[in-house]
Amino acid sequence: MATIEIEKRRGRNAALAIAAMVIVVGIPLWWRTTETYRAWLPFSQIDELDSLQLQLSVEVEVVFSRGTLIPELQKKVPLTETREQKHQVDAKTELHYSYETKYRTATIMEEDALNQPTAQEADLSLHMLSESACGSVVVYIIPETSTLLPEGIKVYVGQRRTALLRTGVFQGRGTLKEVLSAVHPLVKQVVDTMSFSHQDILAALSDRLRVGQASKQSLADSMRAIKSSPGYEITFSLLNPDPKSHRLHWDIEGAVHSYIQPLLDKLIPIANFSVDSQILYYAVLGVNPRFDSSVSAYTLNADSLAHVINPVEARLGSNAASSNPMLNFLLYVPDAQHSPLFIRDHGQKEVTSNAFHSPRWGGIMVYNVNDMYSPMTEFPVDININMTKVMGVFLAQLRLLLGVQKTQPPPDFLLQSPGSAGLSDWELDRLLWSRSVENVATASTTITSLAQLLGQISNIVINDNIAQQVSSAVTSLHAALAELEAGNLALALQYSREAILASERAFFDPSLLHLLYFPDDQKFAIYIPLFLPMCVPIVLSLLKIGSDIRQRRTNKLAKKD
Amino acid sequence: MAALGCKWDALFVLALASLMLSCKGDDLKKSNDYTESVSGGEQSNPHAVKADDLQQNEADGHEGEERDGGGRQWQPTGVWMGEGPEHGETFTAPPSKDQFQEEMVLRPLHSGDIYASFQFRTQWDTDFLHDGNKASHYRLFPKSLGQVLSKFSVRELHISFTQGYWRTMQWGQPFIPSPPGAELWVWFHHTVMDVDENWKELTNVLSGIFCASLNFIDSTNTVEPSASFKPLGLGNATDHRFLRYATLPREIVCTENLTPWKKLLPCGSKAGLAVLMKSEKLFHSSFHSQAVHIRPICKDWQCTSTSWELRQTLNVVFDLYTSGQGKKEWSLFKMFSRTLTEACPLASSSKVYVDVTDNKGGELFDLTPASPLVSTAVVLGDRRTYSVYDLTKKETFGQLRSLNPLLRWKRESDEMLRPLLHAERYVSGFGLQTGEIHTCIYNNHPYRAYPVLLLDTVPWYLRLYVHTLTVTSKMHENKPSYIHYQPSKDRVRPHLLEMLVQLPPHSVTEVTVQFERALLKWTEYTPDPNHGFYVGSSVISALVPSIVAMDTNSTHERPLFSSFFPTKEESSYFMRVYTEPLLVNLPTPDFSMPYNVICLTCTVVAVGYGSFYNLLTRTFQVDEPSTPLAKRLANVIRRLRGVPLL
Repeated sequence: MATIEIEKRRGRNAALAIAAMVIVVGIPLWWRTTETYRAWLPFSQIDELDSLQLQLSVEVEVVFSRGTLIPELQKKVPLTETREQKHQVDAKTELHYSYETKYRTATIMEEDALNQPTAQEADLSLHMLSESACGSVVVYIIPETSTLLPEGIKVYVGQRRTALLRTGVFQGRGTLKEVLSAVHPLVKQVVDTMSFSHQDILAALSDRLRVGQASKQSLADSMRAIKSSPGYEITFSLLNPDPKSHRLHWDIEGAVHSYIQPLLDKLIPIANFSVDSQILYYAVLGVNPRFDSSVSAYTLNADSLAHVINPVEARLGSNAASSNPMLNFLLYVPDAQHSPLFIRDHGQKEVTSNAFHSPRWGGIMVYNVNDMYSPMTEFPVDININMTKVMGVFLAQLRLLLGVQKTQPPPDFLLQSPGSAGLSDWELDRLLWSRSVENVATASTTITSLAQLLGQISNIVINDNIAQQVSSAVTSLHAALAELEAGNLALALQYSREAILASERAFFDPSLLHLLYFPDDQKFAIYIPLFLPMCVPIVLSLLKIGSDIRQRRTNKLAKKD
Repeated sequence: MAALGCKWDALFVLALASLMLSCKGDDLKKSNDYTESVSGGEQSNPHAVKADDLQQNEADGHEGEERDGGGRQWQPTGVWMGEGPEHGETFTAPPSKDQFQEEMVLRPLHSGDIYASFQFRTQWDTDFLHDGNKASHYRLFPKSLGQVLSKFSVRELHISFTQGYWRTMQWGQPFIPSPPGAELWVWFHHTVMDVDENWKELTNVLSGIFCASLNFIDSTNTVEPSASFKPLGLGNATDHRFLRYATLPREIVCTENLTPWKKLLPCGSKAGLAVLMKSEKLFHSSFHSQAVHIRPICKDWQCTSTSWELRQTLNVVFDLYTSGQGKKEWSLFKMFSRTLTEACPLASSSKVYVDVTDNKGGELFDLTPASPLVSTAVVLGDRRTYSVYDLTKKETFGQLRSLNPLLRWKRESDEMLRPLLHAERYVSGFGLQTGEIHTCIYNNHPYRAYPVLLLDTVPWYLRLYVHTLTVTSKMHENKPSYIHYQPSKDRVRPHLLEMLVQLPPHSVTEVTVQFERALLKWTEYTPDPNHGFYVGSSVISALVPSIVAMDTNSTHERPLFSSFFPTKEESSYFMRVYTEPLLVNLPTPDFSMPYNVICLTCTVVAVGYGSFYNLLTRTFQVDEPSTPLAKRLANVIRRLRGVPLL
C-alpha cells in the first residue's frame, strides 16, 4: 500500500515538475524568441498632444503721436496691457490668443518721421529708426489733422510691420482707460489684418478639424495653397507646340533673377526653393479650342480648363533628384494655326490675363504671338517673349499658391503694395503664423495617428531610430508650442518644421512595414503540431492532480466528521 | 470686375469644399490629394490675375485694387520693365548654347537581315559640376537627366537596355556594342566623398526615369574594373575608385523602357527620325538595344571650355523571315510601318545613311530613290561607302513628300568577311556541385597578334577556384601579362577578374576556370529558381588592327607615297565584344520543405515527448497475476465435478 502511495506521489511530482519547467522556462523562452522589438515611445506625451492647446501671443505696440493725447494722460503712459481671448474650437482643440499691448508716446525721432510728406516715406523712415521683431505689430496713432493719409482712409498698412491709424483727438474724454478702450477695436482690426485672424488660424488647423469650422473663404485659401513642406521645386515650362513656325526665346534666367528670386529670398524662413525651367516642344493641350468667328479667335471655356493639363503633365516630369512638392508654371504659346487663343470665364468674358491656376499644382498662361509677325512672314519666326508680362502673372499665381492669403481689410484701410520684394513683412508674418499653426496641427495628427497605429497593430517592429524620430518630433512640437506662446514666431516656425520633418520620417519609415502582414493562421499552422500534443497531457495530468487533491480533502473532511 | 471675381471665388469654394468632403476621409493620412485636384474636374480656376492690373501704376486708384484683393494689390517693379520687343519688330536670336543632331544608318547584313541604328546627339555648353553656375534652365537637354548629373556629380554615364544577343559571326560588328539585359557604368566626379552611396541613389533614380529594375543593382553585382572601362569623354580620370560598373542580364526590355527614352528627345516621337519608333515594330525584331551615353567633351578645338554631350542610340535588327517574310527587300515602311516626312525642326542636322559598300556599281541591290550624296568613312576599321539623304533639304522627300528608301536585291550576296575578333562562352561540367566556365576568344587576323582585356564578373554564389584558371592558345599555355582579381565576399560583392591576354594570330584562346555552386538561403532564391541564375557577359576590350591597314596591296585608291607606313588613325580601332550571359543551375531546395520539416519534427518530438511523459508520470504498482484462462476453465469444470480446485 505504501509503495503504491509513494509511486503515485512520484508520478504527481514528475507531472508538476514538467508543468513547472514548461511555465518557468518554456513559455518565457518562446516569448523571448518570438517577440517583436518595440522600442519605448512617449505614449503619454503623445496623448497629451492629441488634445491641443494652442496659445498664440502677439506683441502690439501702440504709439501715440503728438496731438492725440491730452497732456495729463500722456504722463500715464507708458503702460502695458494684456488682453486674452479664448476659443474652444472642438473637444480636442483650444485656442488662446493673447495680445500684449504696450502703449507709449512717440519719441522725437518718430515724430520727425511722421512729419514726412507721404505715408510711404513715413513708413520707410520709421523702419530706419527701429526694426521690430518678427511677428510683432507697431501701430502709430496720428491725429485727425494729419495729411499723411488720403481722404477717407483711416488706416495705412506699410511694407514693414508698422501701421498708421488716424483717429480723432481724445481731448474732452475722461480717463486713459476710456481712451484705450476707444482705441482698442481699431487696433484689433489692424492686428487681425497684419498678423492673424481667428478664421486664418481655423483654416490652418483644417487638418485637425471637421469641415464647417473655418470660413469657406479662408478654407479655400488654405486648400489652394500648397501643403507645408521643407522645400519646393518651382518649374517654369515653356510649351511650344509648333516649333516649325515659332522659334521662341525667353530670358528665363534674367526673369527669375529679377522677379522670382527676391520673393524667394524673403521666404527662406518658410522653406527652401529651387527654381528651374525647361522648354517642351510639341506639347499640346488636352482640349481643342473652339473657333469663335465673332472675335476671330480661338477660345477655351472655363469648364474645359480642367482637362487642359493632363496630357501636358506626363511630359513635365518630376524632379528626379528630390521628393519635394512641385509647383509648375506653364507658358503656352499656341501654334500658328490655332492663334490667337483666349480663355473665357463662366460669364463668357475674356480673362484679361489669359491665365489660370490650379490649386496646389501651378498655373498656366496662354501667350499669343500671332500679332508679332505679319501673316506674310516666312516660317519659322524668331520671337522674343516679354518676360515682364509673363512674370507678373506667374508671381501673382505663386503668391496665391504659397498661401499669401488674400486679406480682406475693412474699406477704410489702405495697404501699401509690397514693392520689388514681392512680399511685405507683415504678409510674411501672416504666412509664418498660419504655417506654424498648420505645421503644429499636421505634426501632431501625424504623431497621434502613428501612435494609434502602433498601438493597434502589435506585431510591428519599432526600431530605435523610429522611437528617436518620434521623441524628437514630440520635443520639437513642445518647443514650437512654447515659442508660439512666447511670441517668438521665427523660432516657432523652425521648431514646427523640425517636428513635421521628424514625424513624417517616422510615419513613412519603411521598417514599419516589415512584419505587418504576417497572418495569425500561418502562425497557428506552425505551432499546432508541436504545442497541441505537448500541452494536452500536461493539462490533463494537472487536472487529474487537482481532482485528486479535492478528493482527498473531501475524504479528510468525511473522516473528521 | 470685382463682382465677377467674387462669383468665381464662390464657385471655386464650392468645388473645393466638395473635394475636401470627398478626400478628407478618415484619419489615416495623406493621400496626395493635390493630384486629384489637378485631374479631377472642376478645380481649375479661371480666377486669375490680371496682368494689366499688375502693370497698372499704383497711383491710379488704390481702392479698386484693394477690393480685388491679394493677387492684384501690388506690382512687380523689375529691372527692365516693358523692354520687350515692339510688335512687328524683327528680333535677332541670341546664339543658342545647345544643339541637336539626329541620324540613322541602315546596314544590310549578309544574313539577309537589316540593321538600323539611330543616334541622337544633344550638345550643351554648360557645366553641371561647378556649383557656382548651377545649370537649371534647360532647352534641348532633358531636365530629368541634367538634374541627375548635377545632384550625383556624375562625370560620365552610360546605360544600355538590350533585348536579344548580337550575333557577331552573322552580323559583323555593331556600331555601339551592348550586352543582353541592362548595363550601367558611371564615372563620378573626383570630389564625390561617398561613391557607393551616390551610386545606390543614382541607380534608384535611374530606375525611376527609365522604368527599369535598375534598383536591383547593389553591392553584390557592382564592380570597379581597373582597366576595361576608361572614360570616353574629357579628363584623364584613372582612379577606378570613382567608377562603378554593373549589369543585370535578366532585365527584359520592352515598351515601358522605350517610352521614357523617347521622352528625352527634344522632338519626342512627334517629328524627325523618332517617328519611326513604334514599339509594335521595334520589339518584333531579333535584336533591340537602346542606350544613353552622357560625357563631357571639348567645346572647341582649343578645348578652352567643356560641353556636355548626350547621345541616345537605338539599334535594331529586323529578321529576314519574321519581319521581311523571307524576301530580301527592305524599305522603311516594311521595317517601321512608317515613312519619313520631315526632319525634327530643332535639329541642326538630320541624315539617313544607307550602307552601299557591298553594292559596287549597283550589282547587288537597287536602292530607290537614289541619292546623289555619297559619303565614305572608315568605320570599325573598314572603309565603308554610304548613300546619304539629308532630311533638312526639301528635295529629299520628292513629290510624294515622304522618304521611303527601298533596297531590292538582285542576287545572293557574297560570303561575309569573318570578324577579326569575337568570343563565346559556356558552362561545362555535370552535377550540381562544381562546374567550369569556358571563354573562347577568336582572333581571326591572319598575321597580327594583339592584346585584349578580358573582364569577368561572376556572382558570389559561384565560388571560383582561381588556382584552376588556365589560359591556352594553340595548345600552349598563354600567360596573361596582367591579372587583377578581386575575390568575392558572400552576399557582399562578386568576383572580379580582369586580365590582359595576348592573342596569337589566327587562333582560339580558351580561358577556363572551375567553380563550386553555393547553397543559398531559402529567402535568397528568385521566384523561379529552376530557371537558373544568370551570370553577366564577359567584356572583351581590344585595339584591333583594322582591315584597311591589312589591305596593303590596294594601291589603286591612294597614291603610292601615302601607303607605305600604315597611318596611325586607321591602323587599329577600339572594339568591345560582349559574350553571351550564362545561365547556371544552382542546387534548389523544395520550397515547401521548411513547413514539412517543421511538421515532421514537431510530430516526432510530440510522440517522443508523449511516451516519455507517460513513463515519468504513470504510477506503477505490482498487479495480482490473474489466473490464466485455461486454468479458470478447468476450475469451472472441477467445481461442477466437485473436485478440489487447482
